[in-house]
Amino acid sequence: MIRVSSPHAPPAGNTGGVMRQVLYATLPGMAVLTWLFGPGVLLNLFWAIPMALLVEAAILRLRRKPVGFYLGDWSAATSAVLLALSLPPASPWWLILIGVISAIALAKHLYGGLGMNPFNPAMVGYVILLVSFPVEMTRWFAPGEAPQLAESLRLSLGTHASPDAFSGATPLDSFRNLAGDAAALAQQPILDGRLAGQGWELVNLGFLAGGLWLLWRGVISWHIPAAMLGALALTALPFWLYDPARFASPQFHLLSGAAMFGAFFIATDPVSAATSRAGKLVFGALIGVLVWVIRSLGGYPDGVAFAVLLLNLAAPTIDYYTRPRTYGHDKPRRGMGGDG
Amino acid sequence: MTEYVLILISAVLVNNFVLVQFLGLCPFMGVSNKVETALGMSLATTFVLTLSSVLAYLTWSWVLVPLELEYLRTISFILVIAVAVQFTEMFVHKASPLLYRVLGVFLPLITSNCAVLGVALLNVRQEDATFLTSLTYGFGAALGFSLVLVLFAAMRERIAMADVPEPFRGPSIGLITAGLMSLAFMGFTGLIQP
Repeated sequence: MIRVSSPHAPPAGNTGGVMRQVLYATLPGMAVLTWLFGPGVLLNLFWAIPMALLVEAAILRLRRKPVGFYLGDWSAATSAVLLALSLPPASPWWLILIGVISAIALAKHLYGGLGMNPFNPAMVGYVILLVSFPVEMTRWFAPGEAPQLAESLRLSLGTHASPDAFSGATPLDSFRNLAGDAAALAQQPILDGRLAGQGWELVNLGFLAGGLWLLWRGVISWHIPAAMLGALALTALPFWLYDPARFASPQFHLLSGAAMFGAFFIATDPVSAATSRAGKLVFGALIGVLVWVIRSLGGYPDGVAFAVLLLNLAAPTIDYYTRPRTYGHDKPRRGMGGDG
Repeated sequence: MTEYVLILISAVLVNNFVLVQFLGLCPFMGVSNKVETALGMSLATTFVLTLSSVLAYLTWSWVLVPLELEYLRTISFILVIAVAVQFTEMFVHKASPLLYRVLGVFLPLITSNCAVLGVALLNVRQEDATFLTSLTYGFGAALGFSLVLVLFAAMRERIAMADVPEPFRGPSIGLITAGLMSLAFMGFTGLIQP
């Protein structure tokens, strides 16, 4: 009889395994997005993934690294999927290509490749696109009025005459534009499809489901998502109570835009996030606060990408000040005169 | 009170001197290799920037404007800043010889830190500048400078260990990182309506 002694931990997954699980976890959200916004979502994905693999392979060739080995870790595909899911459906092909090159070449390989990038590659790609091409990046269809496959294909190839004909505002845009009417909006029940609105809460619930699965599988820890969503809700609550006409409710913030997607799939990137537990809590909470600040007071409709990048650049500092005490040693002193 | 808070937020985040207005880049690249040095530099710069901002305002409103010598502002502010830096240098030399050695040439170089002169000049360009707004503006600019300098230093310590491709090692990856940081700071755009 074979008896296996403790620890009964499952074998540590390799990078490829972890990345594949992240990809599986995006499926529910991806399905909802496709259902709402038509085949354009899938077109984004089918164009972004091969391009990402191509760029990755080309750079690995240039850097004289083993191409097959590094392509097998699925990291380029994961970045491409995360980027493609955050772009508007049926984005033009060149938009996606620029985004993928920025993400893979600039944000990842210039810093030495997988495991060394200080910024989240997908979000670098997204922000570069958002800053450079604001018109294309805010062209979301009204759900249910999404074009069919042929139409989407024409949009992706850029041969469509007037793509503005069927664009709709996202709920975060509407909330901004309807500042006076927000009280009426706030009366709607949350899952009515009108408040957090137009199916966006379903998208967020889809990503929430995928994220919970990741948590259950132990791929991500609870610290960052919980801190981020908690801080977002807690920041929104007093302002909403103070003036519901000007500020959106906490549940609106939690279930609209990229809140769940950002909390479970973007902010939890183990490379660009803080590492210690205390650090992760600070990291997540600050992202939540910044998301609220940028959404409610800033110039961009959604702040998840900016908030994540801002905390990516703060993550080394957070790590520096939250390094846990090593057993048998004093707590390290930090700052000037510290031991570094 | 709100006015001063807005000036602070504007100078620290929205119009950050390094990442949004691209002033003071040489100490930003030069003294950001270690967090401890960056902290020392940011303390020294904070002191100089706040002091020189106030001194420049006083020079402006007590000397230059009454004598109708406004066109001499650049050269007289440089003089004021040089005095403030010299004073700080003597103080640091006495108070912390170690920090003095670590900062080295960068301490006198605060004189030529364009953020310092920039703050002084931008200050007097506003019609309604008062003593207190100049003080707040200078202090906010210094806080913003210190914030991004320390964040950048911690980040560079990490990048120094990464397998950066040979042609991009050193200052080039530093500049690329600064560019990406600046991109992230664009998220604060529109936070304060002018």
